[in-house]
Amino acid sequence: MFLSIDALSAGYGAAPVLEGVSFAVERGEIVSLIGPSGSGKSTVLRCLVGLVRPSAGRVAIDGVAVDYASRAAVRGVRDRLAIVFQQYNLFQNMTALDNVTVAPLTVKRWPRAEVMEEGRRLLAAVGLGDKLGAYPDQLSGGQQQRVAIARALALRPEILLLDEVTSALDPELVTEVLDTIRGLAARGMTMLVVSHEMAFVREVSSRVLFMDQGRVIEAGTPAEIFDAPRTERAREFVTKILRH
Amino acid sequence: MLATLSAEAPRFFTYWNLVFLATALGNTLVMVAVGCGLGVVAGLGLAVLRAKRIVRFAPLRWAAILIVEVFRRIPVLVLLMFVFFTFQLLGLNVRALFVGALAILLRSASLFAENFRAGLESVHPNQWDAAEVMNLGPLATLRRTVLPQAWPVILPPLTIGLVGMVKATSLASQISVLELTFAARQLNQRGFSALIAFGTILVLYFLLSFAIARLGAFAERRLVPKHRRA
Repeated sequence: MFLSIDALSAGYGAAPVLEGVSFAVERGEIVSLIGPSGSGKSTVLRCLVGLVRPSAGRVAIDGVAVDYASRAAVRGVRDRLAIVFQQYNLFQNMTALDNVTVAPLTVKRWPRAEVMEEGRRLLAAVGLGDKLGAYPDQLSGGQQQRVAIARALALRPEILLLDEVTSALDPELVTEVLDTIRGLAARGMTMLVVSHEMAFVREVSSRVLFMDQGRVIEAGTPAEIFDAPRTERAREFVTKILRH
Repeated sequence: MLATLSAEAPRFFTYWNLVFLATALGNTLVMVAVGCGLGVVAGLGLAVLRAKRIVRFAPLRWAAILIVEVFRRIPVLVLLMFVFFTFQLLGLNVRALFVGALAILLRSASLFAENFRAGLESVHPNQWDAAEVMNLGPLATLRRTVLPQAWPVILPPLTIGLVGMVKATSLASQISVLELTFAARQLNQRGFSALIAFGTILVLYFLLSFAIARLGAFAERRLVPKHRRA
């Protein structure tokens, strides 16, 4: 078991956002979280990287429980997980290449020549080899999101968390980002994906979890969840989403 | 008016008067450099201390907020008197110039802290999130991405504030610091016309403020990337 999440709860203030969420991700697996807005999907990811402190529950990586109250432990987790945000969150004052190389250079302190080389290679791999010196506001949303993916990969994470990475994009830009993720999937990258792109989820996921109101309502293979949902709530969601 | 001025000028611009004015200008410059210069640094420090993403220890943030809110609300003249009499009560014999510089520093720091705070808060929180999940520390995040993005918001009002504080150093004349305004009043009392005495320091204040405004514009050119300038 690579990543296991057990009875995870979290809340902003008094309102609970997650209530006892449990699931696991094996190496090489792609697990997708689907469900209506506000169901807590993004909060799961934000808990995992330590941006939201869990109020209860247990997260373990390779069987070792993570203590989110300890800064050192959280830093350790962030060395192994990388997250890509819905709004890309690129550093606006840095070029594409600087965005990709800043953490490997200043946090990891990897050799400069190697990092720059890797940065160029990663940007070329997401189709932005000619945009190394471009600033975020000179790039389209899709291009920015691909830089963000390259930036996350530059830290050589063991698992990539994707938080609605296409939700802020114009429809015609969605494909280029999804193609990038398909490429990663084909290379066996472990991923935990929050997405509203149902066709994509169905295509790449090993397993799909349907969440509602802070709980995992149903889990199964894409076929199980999309073709034969067992719960009424999941059936309702899937029919609504797939109708258009 | 020009005729009066040119008639009086040779009598006014004597060696000793120039030395007197230069001393006064020197003291004004000391208050500007120490008071305003350190005020910028201390202002940044205070803004950083009250930033939630940097300082997790709440009492430290509250202390910074208290300092900013108190000193920002006291008129400079009252602050000068306050610092002056505090030293007197403590029985410490310090130079008036030191008192002047310290009061200007307290005021500048609390004033500029708000410019810095506005700048830091203008940067989207998602920049902090992105840095945090990559294990970039709070100060590295500040230096590498937040501050560079905040300069366009910080610098224009900071320059205005600096010029304002340069002019506020004239109030130190009230605690008998020999600075420009004090010097002009002395020269006026010694029989020189107010026109030439205050006219001279007016020009000097203008040049000083102008130099600071140019410095601000220079900082903007250096710190704000071309494609992000307004």
